[in-house]
Parts: sequence; C-alpha cells; structure tokens
Amino acid sequence: MQPIFEATGISKSYGHILGCSNINLSLYSGEVMGIVGESGSGKSTLLNCLSAQIMPDQGEVIFRSPSRGEVDILKLSEAEQRYLARTEWAYVHQNPRDGLRMSVSAGGNVGERLMNIGNRHYGNIRTKAEDWMSRVELDTSRIDHRPSTFSGGMQQRLQIARNLVTEPRLIFMDEPTGGLDVSVQARLLDLLRSLVQELSLSVIIVTHDLAVIRMLADRMVVMKNGNVVEAGLADQVLDDPQHPYTQLLVSSILQV
Amino acid sequence: MSNDYNFAYLDEQTKRMIRRGLLKSIAIPGYQVPFASREMPMPYGWGTGGVQVTSACLVPEDKIKVIDQGADDTTNAVSIRQFFEKTAKVETTTHTEKASLIQTRHRIPEHDLDENQILVYQVPIPEPLRFLEPRESETRKMHALTEYGLMHVKLYEDIAHHGHIATSYAYPVKVEGRYVMDPSPIPKFDNPKMSMCPALQLFGAGREQRLYAIPPYCEVISLDFEDHPFTRLKANAECELCSANNSYLDEVIIDDEGNRMFVCSDTHYCEARQADGHRGKRNRLDQEGYDATHI
Amino acid sequence: MFEISNLSKSFTLHHQGSTRIDVLSEVNFRVEKGECIALTGPSGAGKSTLMRMLYGNYLAEYGSIKINGEELVGAEPRHILSIRRHLLGYVSQFLRVLPRVPAIRVVAEPMIASGASPKAAEDRAIELLTRLRIPQTLWSLSPLTFSGGEQQRVNIARGFSHSYPAMLLDEPTASLDPDNRQTVLELIHEAKAKETAIIGIFHDQAARDDVCNREIKITALHTAKQVS
Repeated sequence: MQPIFEATGISKSYGHILGCSNINLSLYSGEVMGIVGESGSGKSTLLNCLSAQIMPDQGEVIFRSPSRGEVDILKLSEAEQRYLARTEWAYVHQNPRDGLRMSVSAGGNVGERLMNIGNRHYGNIRTKAEDWMSRVELDTSRIDHRPSTFSGGMQQRLQIARNLVTEPRLIFMDEPTGGLDVSVQARLLDLLRSLVQELSLSVIIVTHDLAVIRMLADRMVVMKNGNVVEAGLADQVLDDPQHPYTQLLVSSILQV
Repeated sequence: MSNDYNFAYLDEQTKRMIRRGLLKSIAIPGYQVPFASREMPMPYGWGTGGVQVTSACLVPEDKIKVIDQGADDTTNAVSIRQFFEKTAKVETTTHTEKASLIQTRHRIPEHDLDENQILVYQVPIPEPLRFLEPRESETRKMHALTEYGLMHVKLYEDIAHHGHIATSYAYPVKVEGRYVMDPSPIPKFDNPKMSMCPALQLFGAGREQRLYAIPPYCEVISLDFEDHPFTRLKANAECELCSANNSYLDEVIIDDEGNRMFVCSDTHYCEARQADGHRGKRNRLDQEGYDATHI
Repeated sequence: MFEISNLSKSFTLHHQGSTRIDVLSEVNFRVEKGECIALTGPSGAGKSTLMRMLYGNYLAEYGSIKINGEELVGAEPRHILSIRRHLLGYVSQFLRVLPRVPAIRVVAEPMIASGASPKAAEDRAIELLTRLRIPQTLWSLSPLTFSGGEQQRVNIARGFSHSYPAMLLDEPTASLDPDNRQTVLELIHEAKAKETAIIGIFHDQAARDDVCNREIKITALHTAKQVS
C-alpha cells in the first residue's frame, strides 16, 4: 500500500526568517496525523505548504488522487489546485467565519461545493445538504438560517459538513477546536473521530492542544523552530517523549 | 457653446482608449475589460458608462435613440439625447427600427434589432459575483478559472427563501458557454432577447470602470436549476393602451384610489401599435379621440 | 504468542538534570499460544514499563518484541497500529475514552476496527456487558459517568470483545467484586482456550494462581545515574 499523501523536502523561508525546513512526511488512507508545536514553530507554514496555499521554496507534495492518480500538487496549475481543493481535499479553518459564507444560508453553504462541481438540481442539492447537516448533528429545520445565527460549535460543524459534502479523501484542519468551549470541543472531537472512521478519511491536523492529538491522531509530528524534532505513534510520543522539547511540551500539560 | 466641444464630447485619445477596450470586450464575449473611465458632466449612476461607450462609437451619420426603463421621454433619456444633439450634432429619434445606436437603461426594446444597430447598456455593478464575494481579486480568479458555482448559490438562496428564483432583474447569464455576465438591471423578461441578437450589444460601467460586450449572434443562456428552470417574467395582463400581450408591462397607479393600469414599458412600441389601430381596453372605453399620452 | 529478546529500556529526563534511569536490561522470555504468564516483582521494578513497551506505547531502547512473528521494535507507526488492531489486545488499568461515546460503542469499537460487522460487534458487546453485570440502562451512556468499578468492567469488556491472539492485562481483577472477578477469570480462561497468549500483572495472588501458567520476576535495576 502506498501513502495517499507524501511530502518530501518541504522548505519555506520568509526572507531571513525560517518557516519550515526540509520536512518529510507521509500519510496513508484512513490515517490521522497531528502536527504540534508552539506558536511560531512553523506548523501553520507547513500546513499551508502541504495544502498548496503557499508555495514552498523547495520540495514536492505527491497526492495519490482517487480520480487522477499520482499528482505533484505544487506543479499543478492554479485551476487544478483549486479544483482538487474543493473536491478531493478539504480545509477546516480554526475560525468558522473563514471557512463559511456568513451571508448565505446553512443549506447554501453546504451546497456550494456541489454547485461548484456542476450539480444543477436544486432538489438533490438540498437533500444532500440536509443529509450532511444531520450527519454533523445540526438541526435540519435550520437549513435556511444563516450561520451568523448559529453558535460557535454549530458553525464549526457546519464548516465540516460544507467541506465533507463532496466526500474528500484528505482533510487539512487548523486548530479545529481552537475557539470552542471545552464541552463543545469534546462533542466536535467525537464527531470528527466517528467521521474519520466511517469515511476512512485521511487527516492532517495542526493543533497545540495535546488532548486533541490524544483523541484523534494515530501519528504525530512535533515541530520546533521550523524543524521536526520528533515523530511517531501519537500515544508513544505523548507517553514516552524522547526529545527534550517534547518532554517539556508533554510535562507542561496541567493535570485535572 | 455650439462648437467648443470635440465631437461627442470626449477627446479623441479617450475615445480611442475606449474603442480599444470595446474591441477587446467584443473579442472575449462577456469578459469585463477595465478602462479609464472619465469624469462626465453628469453624476455617476446616471449613465456615465453608457455615455462614454456611445461617445466612442458615434459617427456623424448616426441616428441615436435613448431610453430609460423603455421610455424615450423620461428625464434621463431626454437629457442624454440632448447631450449628444449638442455635442455630436447627430440626429435623434424615438423609433427603434430607425436608430443606428440605442443607449438604454434597464430595458431592451420590444422591436427586434438588426445587424446595423448597436445597443449600449448603462451598467451600475458589472460584477455578477459581487453579491456573494466581495473581493475583486477573488472574483477575477473565479472568472479566469470558470468557477461559477457561487452564482448558483445565489439562485439557491432565492429558491430556499422564496420557493422560486426571485431574481427578476439583473438575472445572471452565461455568454457563449464561457463568461458569466451581469446583463445590467434589465428585467429577466428581456434576457432571451440578448441571445443570438443580430445587433452588437455593448455594456459600460462608468463608476466601476468596466466594459463588456455581446457580439452579434452569440448564445446567451440564463442560469437556472434543472428542477427550477429559467422563466420569463411578465405581468399577467395586456397593455391597456395597445392591447399587446407579449410586451413587458409597467404597472402605473392612475389615481388616489389606488386604481392602476398596465401599459407597455416600451413607449415607442406602444405608440407604434396604437398608430396601427391596436386599441387596449382603456382606449376602447374612453371616447373617440382620447389621447393616451395624457394619462 | 510473544517472543521477547534482549529488551532494554532507559529513560532520559532532559529537564531534570538529564537524569538517566535504566529500567530494564536484556529481558528475554517467550509466551506460547494458550499460555498466561504473570509479571511479578516489587512496585517500581518496571512491570508496567514492560507492559507499555509490549504494546508499543513506550519505545524500546534495543532488543526485539515479536507478536505472532511481527516485530514491534522499530516498526512503522502504521504497522504498530495494525498489530494492535488485529493481534494485540490491551486491558489497561484505567479507561481512556472520548466523552459522549456510549458504553456499548466503546466495547464494540475494537471489533469494528478489526473488520467485524457492526451487528456482530454489537452482539458481542451486549454479551460482554451482560456477563460483566453492567445494567442495560447504562449501555447508551458514556462510561465517563460510571463508577470506578463499572468503568473497569467496561474496559475489560472492550479488551475482550475481539479475540486477539495476544493480550496484555494490567491488573484486570483489581477493584472488582467477587462475582465480576470470577467472570473476568472465566474470560481469561476462555481466551486461553482460544490459544491467546497472555501477559498480565496480577497483584491478586489467588487470581494469579488460577489463570497463570508461569511467573516472570522483574527485578529493579536501581541504576539511576547522572549523565552530564
């Protein structure tokens, strides 16, 4: 079996400031990988390079697309990148406002990706939007309400529905539980975990919350100053960290 | 102030710049070409874009017609007509079929246009995606990459909130299977007239500094859903002056009791029919010799 | 079956003066199919460390751990996860689950992960929850709301839901009442009958005598030393 996603030698600098340096990672179908590190460690730069939102200075990102076979993401035209990004990929933003259209109804938000790929049957689009709203545990009677009337947790679930409606294979998540109440976080994590299992999704999740890693990730990568300092099985890295920085990170968690 | 203006007001360099923009817009049907819109002796929103396009197209032999919501006799139409009478000394007319250039705000004449005519539209907001995507950089990219799903999101929202596509004017179209275009705020009743039209259709947005065009005999398709197809919309009535039942109608309140009547929005079309002896119900009811224009 | 050879482990605490603690050195033993062995030794000797290494949760320093012939030391994370899914069950001392997930799903999950149908997994979960005397009213609730003993029983049910060829049991009978303790011992006997190789830590001497074939004594190395 080959990885669905393989990045080699990803480097990105902003002038003299290092974003990330010579990063290699691969992801298999159905795998969840966590990238952790403190602010400024380069994890967001890495995520943006991997998802082709910014161009790295060096490196390649291979994606084995179910529909198109093996492609080097960074060599695709912008049109192809954007097409991929809204069909076989998804990107869940930390702030749902960045990932939703706040002036469009919940149904329109979920249906947009379908309309983007050429779906032109209103009834079918609506049925699918309802289906996905219920899969992320949103009340379907609110399909015509704007997300601005939703709570933060509901907005985040709507963002996930909007992203998953085209059944992507690979999902990038940037601190998906970042701005949520603890109780809402748990519900979202549970939802994400069951969706990952049910749909055999591959996920790259950037977070500084080790609890999110513990609950969702199979594997994890620890970043510091633009470099990967430790990588491995998520529970092993958390329970038996080897690198001084990882030990510091793990020991800094408050026990409750 | 007789001869102090350059022909058709604008200087030759400006007209040349606009013509270059127009040629490009004709070469790429439906594509919005930026141009350096000039200050005109009228406020933005009064047709500065249309006037600049007309100015760039006019030749001394032209005969021009100006309509505003279909009418030749409203303030905007009259003043623009006078503007070109003064600055270009061209002939003007109200007859659709006699005009070589028609500048319009919000209507397409009922009478079929022909290959010798140019129709110039005044456009307030040229970007059809603006409603949902405020970033110009992003809408340009969407046009460039033919990413038009968002346009259907707007129609989806209409159906979700109103049960049908409630957009009744400025209804988005796709030109020659490529660019999605805002047809300016014409009623969607007029949309089918744009398709395979023998006349050249030019669009000018003065404040937004954009030109675009539909060359003759281009396919123009109104966007819709399979289960909510595009429909022309028109009041379910006939003109009470000329009895036309296939023209776009205005509903006019005629007294303080709230009584109203339907009349053709295209005044020239209505008058021509009446001259041919067609009579609507209000014309028939009234005594012989009634002058419809006084209502 | 387990084949463990030359297994060694030390911890280096980088933030506590780079203290190096040697825990295990050159551990060698085998556990055959259908055999259950008990790790014994004083508290702090490294029994739990060894258990965690056998599960891939702690990194081995060197040596080899083979589970049904599959090497765990140095294996790709993906391979370790696959071994856990199909070959190696683990009943830890504490239940660690997501909030909100109902007990029945917690128990059925390992079976589903190993490829069983949701129906078969649910039937097995019901059987185990019933045998371990978890009232039916609790099945649809998250075990995080349960008492300590109930949580432990859910944990055991989860561990035994799939028939693994190898299992690790960390104090499975601790904090159980006599009836449930008996049920757990029965489950262990049943697993042994199905040729599962089991390594366990049992402080409960009677339970150890009941299910274990052998004991392996872990002695503390007591060699914590300063590394500059």
